[in-house]
Amino acid sequence: MNNFDIRATINDVPHRASVEPRLSLLDFLRDDIGLGGTHMGCEHGVCGACSVLLDGVPIRACLMLAVQADGCRITTVEGLCNDDGTPGLLQDAFIEAHGMQCGYCTPGMLISAQALLAENDEPTLAEIKDAIGGNLCRCTGYVQIIESIQLAARRLREAAR
Amino acid sequence: MKPAKFEYLRAESIDQVVQALDQGDGETIVLAGGQTLMPMLAMRLARPAMVVDINHVAELSGVEILNEVEGDGELVIMACTRQAEALASPLIQEHAPLLSKAIAFVGHRQTRNRGTVGGSLAHADPASEIPLAALALDAWVSLRSVAGTRRLPLADYFHGPMMTARAENEILLSLHIPRAPGTRGAGFHEVSERRGDFAVVAAAAVIGVDERGVCDHAALAIGGADGRPRRIGAVEDKLRGQRLDSVAIAGQLSEIGAALAPGADQHAGAAYRLRVARVLAERALLEALAEAGP
Ligand code: FES
Ligand code: FES
Repeated sequence: MNNFDIRATINDVPHRASVEPRLSLLDFLRDDIGLGGTHMGCEHGVCGACSVLLDGVPIRACLMLAVQADGCRITTVEGLCNDDGTPGLLQDAFIEAHGMQCGYCTPGMLISAQALLAENDEPTLAEIKDAIGGNLCRCTGYVQIIESIQLAARRLREAAR
Repeated sequence: MKPAKFEYLRAESIDQVVQALDQGDGETIVLAGGQTLMPMLAMRLARPAMVVDINHVAELSGVEILNEVEGDGELVIMACTRQAEALASPLIQEHAPLLSKAIAFVGHRQTRNRGTVGGSLAHADPASEIPLAALALDAWVSLRSVAGTRRLPLADYFHGPMMTARAENEILLSLHIPRAPGTRGAGFHEVSERRGDFAVVAAAAVIGVDERGVCDHAALAIGGADGRPRRIGAVEDKLRGQRLDSVAIAGQLSEIGAALAPGADQHAGAAYRLRVARVLAERALLEALAEAGP
């Protein structure tokens, strides 16, 4: 079984790697690149904890092979931080509005919310629910997650003014 | 939860795909959006020797109108077109609004950004939305092997749960939806545990009404209440030629049960599925009628 050489830009950093075909993008990010922020929940496309942005749109990293990421631009939850490594605007809102309890679903929630807010900084409740519909949370009951996203949206609008 | 080893081929052309399938002895599998295949690989329900990735075959994605003559012709959706692209496609919204409505129920953003129209048709889950809408639209699929291309109406394509007429050496190339004359209305309704989950039962309907207000086209299809999506011809026949309103529609739905053989699973029993099929059929037909307008 041959390995494949791939190049991908991950959180704005170019990477080269040699990967086995069966390696998932999720395992690649966590084990090979060392970015453990992307969580592994179900490993078969149900929970959304593994969500990342692929060329700007949210996808599930467990449902893609690493070899398929060749030539792609990937953003993980680590990529949502400020340049100095402190929590970004969205992450800050989750901290402030208690958008997490155990934190397992949080990276996926943040990625879904990021994708939503990038195209719509005034989302309705229904649009927020739709955006995080593919992300399961076993702790919060979702209410505080939605409030966190609303808080982030408000701050984005204020910042744009 | 890790796939067994396999060889990987990133195909660049359809010819390359069908050649790999032909030499594969049934051990070669096509990877499109991966939203079904990747879990099957992870759970080792699928253990192919070779995975052929079609995501870089440019000719396998896109939506267009073909053979257009005086408003006739067909809407062609190439197999590897992402569900998200199809959902946003103005051509599909204009010429097959039923399909747009159906895709809105398919999965979530993360899965629609990768999942493909052809993938849903190839997988053929009896409750899935794209096959159901396509069946109600009298659509065809094209299948290609090294020997050539054949076209099959969807009624002949679905054989049972996750079973289709596609041979192991064929790739599902495209979905073809005939363009309909006049304005037709479309309705799609489903019951699922949560939005984006697989439907327990779903109904798709298309209604056409002539200038006298008489129904000249009726299509009704039910998913999730049999081993494959089913057209309900007996109801369609009764609706055609009538002046339709809510009373007329409600009065013609008694034959739905005879056309279906629902199973039972952890989500719902057979009796529930039949009852819900009837309710959803009524809603889908009313929605289609309201859009058709005389
Ligand atoms: S780990 Fe990918 S969806 Fe659960
Ligand atoms: S905070 Fe625990 S799963 Fe969401």
